[in-house]
Amino acid sequence: MDSKELLVCDQCDLLLRETALEPGGKAFCARCGNVLYRCQPDGLRLSLIFSLTAAVLFLISNSFPIVTIDSQGLTNSTTLLDAAERLVHDGIPSIAALVFATTFLMPALEIMAMIYLLLPLHFQRMPPGFSVAFRLIHFVKPWAMIEVFMLGLLVTISKLSALASVVPNIALGAFVLLMFSVTAAAANFDRRGYWKRVADIRQLQEQVC
Amino acid sequence: MLMARSEGVIGCETCGLAQRAEPKSAHMVCTRCGATMHFRKPDSISRTWALLIASYVLIIPANLMPVMATGSLFGTEKDTIFGGVVYLWTSDSEVLAIILFCASIIIPFAKLFSLSFLLITVQRGSTWNPRLRARLYRMVEAIGRWSMIDVYVATMLTALVQFGNLMNIRAGAGAIAFATVVVLTIFAAKSFDPRLIWDAVDRSESNHSTSEELHV
Repeated sequence: MDSKELLVCDQCDLLLRETALEPGGKAFCARCGNVLYRCQPDGLRLSLIFSLTAAVLFLISNSFPIVTIDSQGLTNSTTLLDAAERLVHDGIPSIAALVFATTFLMPALEIMAMIYLLLPLHFQRMPPGFSVAFRLIHFVKPWAMIEVFMLGLLVTISKLSALASVVPNIALGAFVLLMFSVTAAAANFDRRGYWKRVADIRQLQEQVC
Repeated sequence: MLMARSEGVIGCETCGLAQRAEPKSAHMVCTRCGATMHFRKPDSISRTWALLIASYVLIIPANLMPVMATGSLFGTEKDTIFGGVVYLWTSDSEVLAIILFCASIIIPFAKLFSLSFLLITVQRGSTWNPRLRARLYRMVEAIGRWSMIDVYVATMLTALVQFGNLMNIRAGAGAIAFATVVVLTIFAAKSFDPRLIWDAVDRSESNHSTSEELHV
Protein backbone atom coordinates (compact mmCIF):
# COMPACT_ATOMS: atom_id res chain seq x y z
CA MET A 1 0.00 0.00 0.00
CA ASP A 2 1.52 3.29 -1.05
CA SER A 3 -0.11 5.32 1.71
CA LYS A 4 2.53 3.88 4.06
CA GLU A 5 5.16 6.13 2.55
CA LEU A 6 2.90 9.12 2.93
CA LEU A 7 3.22 11.52 5.78
CA VAL A 8 0.97 14.27 7.07
CA CYS A 9 2.37 17.34 8.82
CA ASP A 10 0.30 17.56 12.01
CA GLN A 11 0.80 21.33 12.17
CA CYS A 12 -0.32 22.37 8.67
CA ASP A 13 -1.93 19.24 7.15
CA LEU A 14 0.48 19.13 4.21
CA LEU A 15 0.74 15.76 2.49
CA LEU A 16 4.36 14.74 2.10
CA ARG A 17 6.45 11.79 1.07
CA GLU A 18 8.93 10.24 3.44
CA THR A 19 12.58 10.71 2.57
CA ALA A 20 15.59 8.84 3.87
CA LEU A 21 17.73 10.73 6.37
CA GLU A 22 21.26 10.26 7.53
CA PRO A 23 21.60 9.29 11.23
CA GLY A 24 20.87 12.22 13.52
CA GLY A 25 19.16 14.14 10.72
CA LYS A 26 15.80 15.88 10.98
CA ALA A 27 13.01 16.20 8.44
CA PHE A 28 11.24 19.55 8.35
CA CYS A 29 7.87 20.32 6.83
CA ALA A 30 8.42 22.18 3.55
CA ARG A 31 5.58 24.58 4.25
CA CYS A 32 5.42 25.41 7.95
CA GLY A 33 8.91 24.43 9.14
CA ASN A 34 7.66 21.95 11.74
CA VAL A 35 10.00 19.07 12.65
CA LEU A 36 8.34 15.99 11.15
CA TYR A 37 10.65 13.23 12.31
CA ARG A 38 14.25 12.49 13.14
CA CYS A 39 16.50 9.66 12.18
CA GLN A 40 17.42 7.94 15.44
CA PRO A 41 18.85 4.53 14.54
CA ASP A 42 19.74 3.81 18.16
CA GLY A 43 16.88 5.80 19.68
CA LEU A 44 14.76 3.00 21.14
CA ARG A 45 17.71 1.32 22.86
CA LEU A 46 18.95 4.61 24.34
CA SER A 47 15.42 5.47 25.41
CA LEU A 48 15.13 2.16 27.26
CA ILE A 49 18.46 2.67 29.04
CA PHE A 50 17.53 6.20 30.08
CA SER A 51 14.05 5.23 31.24
CA LEU A 52 15.44 2.42 33.41
CA THR A 53 17.93 4.90 34.89
CA ALA A 54 15.10 7.39 35.40
CA ALA A 55 13.01 4.78 37.24
CA VAL A 56 15.79 4.19 39.78
CA LEU A 57 16.45 7.91 40.18
CA PHE A 58 12.73 8.55 40.54
CA LEU A 59 12.56 6.22 43.53
CA ILE A 60 15.60 7.83 45.15
CA SER A 61 14.42 11.40 44.58
CA ASN A 62 11.06 10.73 46.17
CA SER A 63 12.22 8.66 49.14
CA PHE A 64 14.64 11.20 50.58
CA PRO A 65 14.31 14.85 51.58
CA ILE A 66 15.30 17.38 48.93
CA VAL A 67 16.77 20.10 51.14
CA THR A 68 17.07 20.81 54.85
CA ILE A 69 16.88 24.34 56.14
CA ASP A 70 18.41 25.46 59.38
CA SER A 71 17.46 28.72 61.03
CA GLN A 72 18.83 29.46 64.50
CA GLY A 73 18.80 25.84 65.53
CA LEU A 74 15.41 25.05 64.04
CA THR A 75 15.60 22.61 61.18
CA ASN A 76 13.07 21.43 58.67
CA SER A 77 13.29 19.22 55.60
CA THR A 78 10.81 18.00 53.06
CA THR A 79 10.35 15.44 50.34
CA LEU A 80 8.28 16.24 47.29
CA LEU A 81 5.26 14.29 48.54
CA ASP A 82 5.50 15.90 51.99
CA ALA A 83 5.37 19.29 50.30
CA ALA A 84 2.18 18.37 48.47
CA GLU A 85 0.67 16.99 51.67
CA ARG A 86 1.59 20.18 53.53
CA LEU A 87 -0.43 22.20 50.99
CA VAL A 88 -3.44 19.96 51.56
CA HIS A 89 -3.20 20.70 55.29
CA ASP A 90 -2.87 24.41 54.50
CA GLY A 91 -6.24 24.31 52.78
CA ILE A 92 -5.18 24.58 49.13
CA PRO A 93 -5.61 21.03 47.83
CA SER A 94 -6.00 22.31 44.24
CA ILE A 95 -2.37 23.39 44.04
CA ALA A 96 -1.29 20.28 45.92
CA ALA A 97 -3.02 18.18 43.28
CA LEU A 98 -1.42 20.15 40.45
CA VAL A 99 2.06 19.79 41.95
CA PHE A 100 1.50 16.11 42.67
CA ALA A 101 0.29 15.47 39.12
CA THR A 102 3.00 17.39 37.26
CA THR A 103 6.05 16.34 39.29
CA PHE A 104 5.08 12.87 40.54
CA LEU A 105 2.16 11.15 38.85
CA MET A 106 2.71 12.16 35.21
CA PRO A 107 6.50 11.60 35.18
CA ALA A 108 5.96 8.23 36.91
CA LEU A 109 3.39 7.20 34.30
CA GLU A 110 5.64 8.36 31.48
CA ILE A 111 8.65 6.40 32.75
CA MET A 112 6.60 3.28 33.48
CA ALA A 113 4.86 3.35 30.10
CA MET A 114 8.17 3.72 28.27
CA ILE A 115 9.69 0.77 30.13
CA TYR A 116 6.50 -1.25 29.58
CA LEU A 117 6.80 -0.70 25.82
CA LEU A 118 10.55 -0.83 25.32
CA LEU A 119 11.71 -3.62 27.62
CA PRO A 120 9.57 -6.36 25.97
CA LEU A 121 10.41 -4.87 22.57
CA HIS A 122 14.07 -5.44 23.31
CA PHE A 123 13.22 -9.16 23.50
CA GLN A 124 11.12 -9.00 20.32
CA ARG A 125 7.81 -9.05 22.15
CA MET A 126 4.80 -6.79 22.55
CA PRO A 127 3.08 -6.56 25.93
CA PRO A 128 -0.74 -6.70 26.14
CA GLY A 129 -2.34 -3.31 25.60
CA PHE A 130 0.82 -1.76 24.18
CA SER A 131 -1.15 0.68 22.03
CA VAL A 132 -2.87 1.97 25.19
CA ALA A 133 0.55 2.52 26.78
CA PHE A 134 1.70 4.30 23.62
CA ARG A 135 -1.29 6.66 23.73
CA LEU A 136 -0.69 7.18 27.45
CA ILE A 137 2.83 8.48 26.75
CA HIS A 138 1.46 10.94 24.22
CA PHE A 139 -1.18 12.15 26.69
CA VAL A 140 1.08 12.38 29.72
CA LYS A 141 4.16 13.98 28.17
CA PRO A 142 3.06 17.66 28.15
CA TRP A 143 2.14 17.41 31.85
CA ALA A 144 5.38 15.94 33.15
CA MET A 145 7.33 18.99 34.28
CA ILE A 146 10.37 17.82 36.22
CA GLU A 147 12.68 20.29 34.47
CA VAL A 148 10.43 23.20 35.42
CA PHE A 149 10.31 21.92 38.99
CA MET A 150 14.13 21.94 39.10
CA LEU A 151 14.23 25.61 38.14
CA GLY A 152 11.58 26.26 40.79
CA LEU A 153 13.81 24.51 43.35
CA LEU A 154 16.73 26.70 42.34
CA VAL A 155 14.64 29.85 42.92
CA THR A 156 13.38 28.43 46.23
CA ILE A 157 16.89 27.73 47.47
CA SER A 158 18.16 31.18 46.57
CA LYS A 159 15.15 32.79 48.26
CA LEU A 160 15.69 30.71 51.38
CA SER A 161 19.41 31.32 51.63
CA ALA A 162 18.60 34.83 52.83
CA LEU A 163 16.46 33.48 55.70
CA ALA A 164 18.29 30.34 56.75
CA SER A 165 21.17 28.08 55.86
CA VAL A 166 20.16 25.60 53.21
CA VAL A 167 21.70 22.12 53.16
CA PRO A 168 21.10 20.15 49.95
CA ASN A 169 20.15 16.51 50.56
CA ILE A 170 20.60 13.39 48.49
CA ALA A 171 17.30 13.79 46.64
CA LEU A 172 18.36 17.14 45.18
CA GLY A 173 21.22 15.50 43.27
CA ALA A 174 18.96 12.62 42.31
CA PHE A 175 16.38 15.09 40.96
CA VAL A 176 18.98 16.83 38.78
CA LEU A 177 20.05 13.48 37.30
CA LEU A 178 16.40 12.43 36.96
CA MET A 179 15.68 15.58 34.96
CA PHE A 180 18.44 14.73 32.48
CA SER A 181 17.53 11.05 32.15
CA VAL A 182 13.80 11.70 31.69
CA THR A 183 14.53 14.32 29.04
CA ALA A 184 16.98 11.99 27.27
CA ALA A 185 14.54 9.06 27.44
CA ALA A 186 11.72 11.15 25.95
CA ALA A 187 13.93 12.71 23.28
CA ASN A 188 15.22 9.32 22.13
CA PHE A 189 11.78 7.68 22.10
CA ASP A 190 11.45 7.33 18.35
CA ARG A 191 7.74 6.74 17.70
CA ARG A 192 8.21 6.01 13.99
CA GLY A 193 10.97 3.55 14.79
CA TYR A 194 8.78 1.96 17.44
CA TRP A 195 5.93 1.20 15.06
CA LYS A 196 8.36 -0.05 12.41
CA ARG A 197 9.76 -2.53 14.93
CA VAL A 198 6.23 -3.59 15.88
CA ALA A 199 5.40 -4.20 12.22
CA ASP A 200 8.62 -6.21 11.75
CA ILE A 201 7.90 -8.38 14.79
CA ARG A 202 4.33 -9.02 13.63
CA GLN A 203 5.56 -10.06 10.20
CA LEU A 204 8.03 -12.45 11.78
CA GLN A 205 5.34 -13.97 13.97
CA GLU A 206 3.11 -14.51 10.96
CA GLN A 207 5.89 -16.29 9.12
CA VAL A 208 6.46 -18.61 12.07
CA CYS A 209 2.78 -19.53 12.35
CA MET B 1 1.09 21.50 -2.45
CA LEU B 2 -1.47 18.92 -1.45
CA MET B 3 -3.59 19.15 1.66
CA ALA B 4 -4.15 15.83 3.38
CA ARG B 5 -7.81 16.58 4.10
CA SER B 6 -8.73 17.35 0.50
CA GLU B 7 -7.06 14.09 -0.54
CA GLY B 8 -9.05 12.12 2.04
CA VAL B 9 -5.95 11.31 4.05
CA ILE B 10 -5.58 11.87 7.77
CA GLY B 11 -2.44 11.72 9.87
CA CYS B 12 -2.76 10.28 13.37
CA GLU B 13 -1.43 12.88 15.80
CA THR B 14 -0.47 10.23 18.31
CA CYS B 15 1.50 7.68 16.27
CA GLY B 16 1.96 9.59 13.00
CA LEU B 17 0.39 7.07 10.62
CA ALA B 18 -1.13 8.55 7.46
CA GLN B 19 -4.32 6.73 6.53
CA ARG B 20 -7.42 7.06 4.34
CA ALA B 21 -10.55 8.46 5.92
CA GLU B 22 -13.97 9.72 4.82
CA PRO B 23 -13.80 13.52 4.85
CA LYS B 24 -17.18 13.81 6.59
CA SER B 25 -16.96 11.08 9.20
CA ALA B 26 -17.31 12.33 12.75
CA HIS B 27 -15.64 9.69 14.89
CA MET B 28 -12.41 8.24 13.57
CA VAL B 29 -10.02 5.86 15.25
CA CYS B 30 -6.45 5.28 14.16
CA THR B 31 -6.03 1.83 12.59
CA ARG B 32 -2.62 1.40 14.16
CA CYS B 33 -2.62 2.87 17.67
CA GLY B 34 -6.36 3.27 18.33
CA ALA B 35 -6.26 6.98 19.15
CA THR B 36 -9.21 9.22 18.27
CA MET B 37 -8.45 11.32 15.20
CA HIS B 38 -9.88 14.54 13.80
CA PHE B 39 -9.27 16.32 10.52
CA ARG B 40 -9.46 19.51 12.57
CA LYS B 41 -9.75 19.79 16.32
CA PRO B 42 -13.49 20.02 17.17
CA ASP B 43 -14.82 23.54 17.89
CA SER B 44 -11.26 24.75 18.06
CA ILE B 45 -11.97 28.48 17.82
CA SER B 46 -14.80 28.72 20.34
CA ARG B 47 -13.11 26.40 22.84
CA THR B 48 -9.86 28.34 22.66
CA TRP B 49 -11.70 31.65 23.09
CA ALA B 50 -13.59 30.34 26.11
CA LEU B 51 -10.38 29.23 27.82
CA LEU B 52 -8.63 32.46 26.87
CA ILE B 53 -11.37 34.71 28.24
CA ALA B 54 -11.34 32.79 31.52
CA SER B 55 -7.56 33.29 31.65
CA TYR B 56 -7.88 37.03 30.94
CA VAL B 57 -10.22 37.32 33.91
CA LEU B 58 -8.07 35.26 36.28
CA ILE B 59 -4.76 36.84 35.36
CA ILE B 60 -5.88 40.02 37.17
CA PRO B 61 -6.20 38.45 40.66
CA ALA B 62 -3.16 36.29 39.86
CA ASN B 63 -1.05 39.42 39.65
CA LEU B 64 -2.75 41.59 42.25
CA MET B 65 -3.44 39.14 45.06
CA PRO B 66 -0.61 37.80 47.25
CA VAL B 67 0.86 34.45 46.22
CA MET B 68 2.68 34.08 49.50
CA ALA B 69 2.23 35.28 53.08
CA THR B 70 5.29 35.25 55.31
CA GLY B 71 4.36 35.31 58.96
CA SER B 72 6.89 36.09 61.69
CA LEU B 73 7.02 37.61 65.17
CA PHE B 74 6.87 41.02 63.55
CA GLY B 75 3.62 40.41 61.71
CA THR B 76 2.63 39.11 58.31
CA GLU B 77 4.12 40.21 55.02
CA LYS B 78 2.29 39.50 51.80
CA ASP B 79 4.01 39.11 48.46
CA THR B 80 2.54 39.28 44.99
CA ILE B 81 4.26 37.63 42.01
CA PHE B 82 5.97 40.88 41.13
CA GLY B 83 7.00 41.34 44.76
CA GLY B 84 8.74 37.97 44.62
CA VAL B 85 10.69 39.05 41.54
CA VAL B 86 11.72 42.33 43.18
CA TYR B 87 12.80 40.45 46.30
CA LEU B 88 15.09 38.19 44.26
CA TRP B 89 16.51 41.19 42.38
CA THR B 90 17.33 43.09 45.56
CA SER B 91 18.88 40.01 47.21
CA ASP B 92 21.53 39.85 44.48
CA SER B 93 20.15 37.00 42.37
CA GLU B 94 19.57 39.08 39.24
CA VAL B 95 19.72 36.10 36.87
CA LEU B 96 17.02 34.21 38.76
CA ALA B 97 14.98 37.41 39.06
CA ILE B 98 15.02 37.79 35.28
CA ILE B 99 14.12 34.11 34.76
CA LEU B 100 11.25 34.39 37.23
CA PHE B 101 10.07 37.65 35.68
CA CYS B 102 9.97 36.04 32.23
CA ALA B 103 8.32 32.84 33.46
CA SER B 104 5.68 34.34 35.73
CA ILE B 105 4.81 37.65 34.14
CA ILE B 106 5.97 37.89 30.52
CA ILE B 107 5.12 34.33 29.41
CA PRO B 108 1.49 34.25 30.66
CA PHE B 109 0.69 37.63 29.08
CA ALA B 110 2.59 36.81 25.89
CA LYS B 111 0.65 33.55 25.62
CA LEU B 112 -2.71 35.29 26.03
CA PHE B 113 -1.90 37.98 23.46
CA SER B 114 -0.35 35.54 20.97
CA LEU B 115 -3.28 33.14 21.11
CA SER B 116 -5.77 36.02 20.76
CA PHE B 117 -3.81 37.29 17.77
CA LEU B 118 -3.78 33.82 16.19
CA LEU B 119 -7.52 33.38 16.77
CA ILE B 120 -8.41 36.78 15.35
CA THR B 121 -6.27 36.31 12.21
CA VAL B 122 -7.75 32.83 11.67
CA GLN B 123 -11.30 34.12 12.09
CA ARG B 124 -10.67 36.93 9.61
CA GLY B 125 -9.24 34.44 7.13
CA SER B 126 -5.94 36.30 7.05
CA THR B 127 -3.20 35.11 4.71
CA TRP B 128 -0.51 37.27 6.32
CA ASN B 129 2.78 35.42 6.89
CA PRO B 130 1.39 31.99 7.84
CA ARG B 131 4.86 30.54 8.43
CA LEU B 132 5.57 33.14 11.10
CA ARG B 133 2.21 32.55 12.77
CA ALA B 134 2.79 28.79 12.71
CA ARG B 135 6.12 29.34 14.42
CA LEU B 136 4.50 31.65 16.97
CA TYR B 137 2.01 28.90 17.80
CA ARG B 138 4.74 26.31 18.28
CA MET B 139 6.57 28.70 20.60
CA VAL B 140 3.43 29.35 22.66
CA GLU B 141 2.93 25.61 22.99
CA ALA B 142 6.53 25.01 24.05
CA ILE B 143 7.07 27.78 26.60
CA GLY B 144 3.78 27.54 28.49
CA ARG B 145 5.00 24.94 31.00
CA TRP B 146 7.75 27.23 32.30
CA SER B 147 5.19 29.46 34.00
CA MET B 148 4.77 26.72 36.59
CA ILE B 149 8.01 27.82 38.30
CA ASP B 150 6.19 30.15 40.68
CA VAL B 151 3.73 27.45 41.70
CA TYR B 152 6.62 25.17 42.66
CA VAL B 153 8.40 27.96 44.52
CA ALA B 154 5.27 28.68 46.57
CA THR B 155 4.85 24.95 47.29
CA MET B 156 8.42 24.34 48.41
CA LEU B 157 8.58 27.51 50.51
CA THR B 158 5.32 26.61 52.23
CA ALA B 159 6.60 23.12 52.97
CA LEU B 160 10.01 24.20 54.24
CA VAL B 161 9.43 27.39 56.19
CA GLN B 162 7.31 26.01 59.02
CA PHE B 163 8.74 27.28 62.29
CA GLY B 164 5.49 27.96 64.06
CA ASN B 165 5.14 31.52 65.30
CA LEU B 166 8.78 32.37 64.63
CA MET B 167 8.37 32.20 60.91
CA ASN B 168 6.03 30.45 58.52
CA ILE B 169 5.10 30.83 54.90
CA ARG B 170 1.67 30.06 53.48
CA ALA B 171 0.58 30.09 49.88
CA GLY B 172 -2.03 32.78 49.22
CA ALA B 173 -5.13 33.06 47.06
CA GLY B 174 -3.11 34.61 44.24
CA ALA B 175 -1.27 31.32 43.85
CA ILE B 176 -4.52 29.50 43.09
CA ALA B 177 -5.52 32.10 40.48
CA PHE B 178 -2.05 31.98 38.98
CA ALA B 179 -1.93 28.18 38.78
CA THR B 180 -5.38 28.21 37.16
CA VAL B 181 -4.19 30.70 34.53
CA VAL B 182 -1.20 28.48 33.72
CA VAL B 183 -3.34 25.37 33.36
CA LEU B 184 -6.07 27.14 31.36
CA THR B 185 -3.56 28.63 28.91
CA ILE B 186 -1.94 25.23 28.41
CA PHE B 187 -5.39 23.84 27.56
CA ALA B 188 -6.08 26.86 25.33
CA ALA B 189 -2.86 26.27 23.38
CA LYS B 190 -3.81 22.59 23.01
CA SER B 191 -7.31 23.32 21.77
CA PHE B 192 -6.14 25.75 19.08
CA ASP B 193 -5.65 24.03 15.74
CA PRO B 194 -2.67 25.44 13.76
CA ARG B 195 -3.99 23.85 10.57
CA LEU B 196 -6.68 26.54 10.53
CA ILE B 197 -3.94 29.07 9.72
CA TRP B 198 -3.16 27.16 6.56
CA ASP B 199 -6.80 26.50 5.63
CA ALA B 200 -7.28 30.23 5.10
CA VAL B 201 -4.17 30.34 2.91
CA ASP B 202 -5.41 27.40 0.82
CA ARG B 203 -8.84 28.93 0.43
CA SER B 204 -7.43 32.16 -0.93
CA GLU B 205 -5.06 30.25 -3.21
CA SER B 206 -7.87 28.23 -4.74
CA ASN B 207 -9.91 31.42 -5.15
CA HIS B 208 -7.10 32.79 -7.26
CA SER B 209 -7.79 29.91 -9.66
CA THR B 210 -4.48 28.20 -9.22
CA SER B 211 -6.34 24.97 -8.70
CA GLU B 212 -4.97 23.54 -11.96
CA GLU B 213 -1.53 23.40 -10.45
CA LEU B 214 -2.85 21.39 -7.56
CA HIS B 215 -3.70 18.44 -9.83
CA VAL B 216 -0.28 16.92 -9.90
